[in-house]
Amino acid sequence: MQLTRRQFFKVCAAGMGGSSIALMGFSPAPALAEVRAFKLARATETRNMCPYCSVSCGVLIYTVGDKAKNAKPDIIHIEGDPDNPVNRGTLCPKGAGLLDMVKSPNRLKYPQVREPGSAEWKRISWEEAIERIAKHMKADRDASFIEKNEKGITVNRWNTFGFLASSAASNETGYLTHKVLRALGCVAFETQARI
Amino acid sequence: MTNHWVDIKNADLIIVMGGNAAEAHPCGFKWVVEAKKERKAKLVVCDPRFTRSAAVADFYAPLRPGSDIAFLGGVINYLLTHDKIHHEYVKHYTNASFLINPDYKFEEGLFSGYNPEKRSYDRTTWSYQLDKDGYVKVDETLSDPHCVFQLMKTHFSRYTPEMVAQVCGTPKEAFLKVCEWIAETAAPDKTMTILYALGWTEHSKGSQIIRTMAMIQLLLGNIGMAGGGVNALRGHANVQGITDMNLFGATLPGYLSAPTDADIDRKTYLEKRTPKALRPNQMNFPQNFPKWFTSLQKAFYGDHAKPENDFCYDWLPKIDGAYDTMAIFERMHQGKMTGFVCQGYNPLASIPNKRKVADALAKLKYLVIIDPLATDTSEFWKPHGEYNEVDPAKIQTEVFRLPCALFAEESGSFTNSGRVIQWHWKAADPPGEAKSDIEIIAALYLKLKAMYAKEGGVFPEALMGITWPYRIPHKPSPEELLMEINGKALADLTDPKDPTKVLVKAGEQLPNFAVLRDDGTTACGNWIYAGCWPQAGNLTARRDNSDPSGLGQTPNWGFAWPANRRIIYNRASCDPSGKPWDPSRAVIRWSGGRWGGNDVPDMRPDAAPEEGVGPFIMNPEGVARLFAPAMVDGPFPEHYEPFETPLDANPFHPNNPLAKSNPAARVYKGDMEVFGTAKDFPYVATTYRLVEHFHYWTKHARANAVVQPEQFVEIDEVLAKEKGIKNGDRVKIRSMRGQIKAVAVVTKRIRPLDVGGKKVHVIGLPTHWGFKGVVKPGYIVNTLTPYVGDANSHTPEFKAFLVNIEKA
Amino acid sequence: MALQSLDITRRSATTTPAPALRQTTEVAKLIDVSACIGCKACQVACMEWNDIRDEVGNCVGVYDNPVDLSAKSWTVMRFAEVEEGGRLQWLIRKDGCMHCADPGCLKACPSPGAIIQYANGIVDFQQENCIGCGYCITGCPFNIPRIAKEDGKAYKCTLCSDRVAVGQAPACVKSCPTGALQFGSKEQMKDYADKRIKDLKMRGFEKAGLYDPPGVGGTHVMYVLHHADRPELYSGLPPDPSISPLVSLWKGFAKPLATVAMAAVALGSLFHYVIKGPNEVSKKLEDELEKEEST
Repeated sequence: MQLTRRQFFKVCAAGMGGSSIALMGFSPAPALAEVRAFKLARATETRNMCPYCSVSCGVLIYTVGDKAKNAKPDIIHIEGDPDNPVNRGTLCPKGAGLLDMVKSPNRLKYPQVREPGSAEWKRISWEEAIERIAKHMKADRDASFIEKNEKGITVNRWNTFGFLASSAASNETGYLTHKVLRALGCVAFETQARI
Repeated sequence: MTNHWVDIKNADLIIVMGGNAAEAHPCGFKWVVEAKKERKAKLVVCDPRFTRSAAVADFYAPLRPGSDIAFLGGVINYLLTHDKIHHEYVKHYTNASFLINPDYKFEEGLFSGYNPEKRSYDRTTWSYQLDKDGYVKVDETLSDPHCVFQLMKTHFSRYTPEMVAQVCGTPKEAFLKVCEWIAETAAPDKTMTILYALGWTEHSKGSQIIRTMAMIQLLLGNIGMAGGGVNALRGHANVQGITDMNLFGATLPGYLSAPTDADIDRKTYLEKRTPKALRPNQMNFPQNFPKWFTSLQKAFYGDHAKPENDFCYDWLPKIDGAYDTMAIFERMHQGKMTGFVCQGYNPLASIPNKRKVADALAKLKYLVIIDPLATDTSEFWKPHGEYNEVDPAKIQTEVFRLPCALFAEESGSFTNSGRVIQWHWKAADPPGEAKSDIEIIAALYLKLKAMYAKEGGVFPEALMGITWPYRIPHKPSPEELLMEINGKALADLTDPKDPTKVLVKAGEQLPNFAVLRDDGTTACGNWIYAGCWPQAGNLTARRDNSDPSGLGQTPNWGFAWPANRRIIYNRASCDPSGKPWDPSRAVIRWSGGRWGGNDVPDMRPDAAPEEGVGPFIMNPEGVARLFAPAMVDGPFPEHYEPFETPLDANPFHPNNPLAKSNPAARVYKGDMEVFGTAKDFPYVATTYRLVEHFHYWTKHARANAVVQPEQFVEIDEVLAKEKGIKNGDRVKIRSMRGQIKAVAVVTKRIRPLDVGGKKVHVIGLPTHWGFKGVVKPGYIVNTLTPYVGDANSHTPEFKAFLVNIEKA
Repeated sequence: MALQSLDITRRSATTTPAPALRQTTEVAKLIDVSACIGCKACQVACMEWNDIRDEVGNCVGVYDNPVDLSAKSWTVMRFAEVEEGGRLQWLIRKDGCMHCADPGCLKACPSPGAIIQYANGIVDFQQENCIGCGYCITGCPFNIPRIAKEDGKAYKCTLCSDRVAVGQAPACVKSCPTGALQFGSKEQMKDYADKRIKDLKMRGFEKAGLYDPPGVGGTHVMYVLHHADRPELYSGLPPDPSISPLVSLWKGFAKPLATVAMAAVALGSLFHYVIKGPNEVSKKLEDELEKEEST
């Protein structure tokens, strides 16, 4: 065993420093062992699904509170759903970090507009946002809609407006979006499926 | 996926190629590990890079990006020349015996009917020989020179192991070892599965790469089997569902092709889409097309849709050309688009040639972003240092950014890659004023409807007339919508065999798609989802994970489309007499006058084996196509070089410049001009994902930023030495379209390849970075990529293009 | 017998014998390196469960991020590209506390109750008792504990003692997508390892084996290695770890010798403790020693 002089002092000095002050009654706290409390004990558990890849892992979302009227559910933890036959409770680094996606500082909270030529965002109300967007859409649709093609065949299409639909959205969102887009005559729409 | 995630555990051999399942789908990859642990299965990874999948593989073979067809064509040649095919399967379940038009030719790398000006084929000669009854002529001996089997044999005879090595840069011994392992699964009781993803789709011939593997699986008899199939590991959690809902201009929900200008009326439209059987006794399931389409019209237009007005056929817009993503951005770039909405989509980052995309967006009058996150696209107009150099004053696009909910903040269903539809429940409210996508779409719709009602406008009929039966009009519930998708009876539906027997009462939810009608008495928003919410309730919310067969089918967990079938084409898991090829993994069997077993049979339940009903019921042939006339770029796959290639010519057709790259791939004016050549850009680049990140989302999540914080590129040690680049140096990567900077990761996991005597270096470019996020800011990798895509699907060629590299 | 017993068998710097009546089962985490894809789900699950987030660092030319363990990164994946006989292997090892049966950290720790060992084998740090001296680091043969900048206390993997206490597996184990991490009784884990080793031998890894080093009395985190004969291939896993001689010295002859100087040092320590709090004690002394050493 090789021990340098410095090492010897390190061992003695720091070691004794700690234990001897403890002996003298200056211990920082009563030295009782206590495991960190299990943080989910009475949290509400909701079954959901990871939104990332198409394994579509089952997840359990834990929110604070018991759904009582005055307790605002706040997501505190997300882990794998052991019942899901595909992921059986496991998650990859993306799924395991879902809490940080939900709580991302880059989540959007309010409607905003960036006016033409401006270098800034401006917060607006939902009413204003929807009104202004709908006005744009109607003006363009009324101006550009093609009821009949050059052969006189009814085609009822509006192809100066486009829409990229999200593959992260639910089936229900996708269906409703499709129904509304076709009703507008929209043909220039796509999703991530071909990217 | 023809099969599903858990089924991977039933495989004897797993090929991961054109994908990197361990990184992109780790939780699905567990079933690969399970097969290895419990079945002693082998895992083979073929990839330009030694990936995390390769880290746990039994064998790894490298290949050059974009050479997959050469590799797989070589496998086909190996199987045919070594007679390692499943003869009975090939004879009975594929079109190997079908006779082809004698005018069909393949010469100098081009199939018959090529028009170089239009860069497209006239496919007339790629056709079957028909008899007087309209059935295809066959030669059961497979010896006729015009039969598919012989044509295929000839076509792939050029794909020798030497050619494979020369084109792919794969050492010949490595290629042959992969062939030997694959060939073992030609035995009826051995199966191989293939797991692929965007590594195959993102090529100018991506669809044909996948077809080549499908052909291999057919030759081996592995489709329909437990542990077999051709399995696309798809992208987003609900990309399968959104594909099923067909958020594409060219298709309607349930994969019904949308009307085009040529479909002048409903009759013309239906006739073109309702095929006749090409062989006797076949199910020819698409003959039901009118039922699917009419039921959709009833779901969309309700009481307005009547027989006398062609069920509002003219309310559907007709398509006059391509409207895929690249076509849309090309139109935008040409200034033909006024407004645009990005719902949970970040095209500035995810579409090739960022400069072109940014220029296109700047030509819009208005852009609407619906997203939970501050995406790069939403700030395409905003300067972000070297990562996004723009002048906002010059961009006149009005940009709206609408906050929406994330998965945790709404209920609804997602469909996984294995086609299992699963319900999820809302856990909390979205932050601030964010709303669900459904509410946002409803708000826009109701506002437009009110404006048209008040002010009038062009063609308001469809807009005013679509059904909107939701109890809270501005907040349709996901439950109401899934019920509409499933569909309901609008009148009592009686048994066609016994009109006194009512199968479904008016107003009831439909039990399945078999009861759909073409007379307007059923409404169904998506025929393939029929049965997911029958009268009994929401089957997608089922949570019984019992697995009586032990195959991992869990038939009472959620609902798999179609018809809760977990393995499609499962009729092919049995021999023609109805006995499972492998009784130890039986999926279904013919027993007691019915089909049944461990899955919902992909066959009419009472179709006796003697009737000879083929297992591929969605094809009018009843069998699978080794020869596929429907492909736009050839009935057989052929190797073509990527549009940017380090080679001077296609080694298979050195003397025909037309056959260098896919002759039928669409290239826009202006894009061809910015393809680079090997002289200036000598290295092959390929883009990909890393396990720590999901596309451009997780760069906004701290935990993911911690485990993979900063943009990097991967290069081999030889190239690094040549260029004086050390591990951790900053490097500059240029393509013909732009440049990025990143940290160099110098690695043994990428090797220079010997491609016909030429040393080819591959540079790996992980995608995940951009100028918004909590990771270290980075460049959008698609600054570099070429604007060209697959001839059939128009998926961009992200996986093989040319760059140069130097120390920054 | 319960796995989740939190009966304490050992406390640092404490001579009172531990209660020893109840019989409980030892737990273990098995890391099957041959099934590990290095996805870092364990790293993320660890930080998510334990409410810690390390800094967003830099890419330094390898996949290792964070590049090392820290007070906020209790586990990291270490990636090694090893080429032998023309075959490339990417050996990926999850690094973190091994929960030694004979824990060097606990032996070295001078602060009563700052490090404890439960009957189930988990070695846990009790930060409220930690004085930040860093002796656990010296004592650890695997170089695992780290002192936090923020509070000057030592942190490391707890084997999710809070989860295990309520009958749950550690967060990293639960998340592991490929099942490279397994958790159960130590006996079960050894049986499972046997099965995996047989499989690896069948696949040509003749030297596959279990890493459960006897030099520290065995561990409650074990590895299945394809090359058990050469653990150093896995980013320097020590082939034959044992407790640092410094610790043995402290526990052995040095301690009685040192008592001679105890009073003086204690007073010195106390002076510092009263003025600056516990963190500064050892640092100050070390600085002084450092100075002395260099002269």
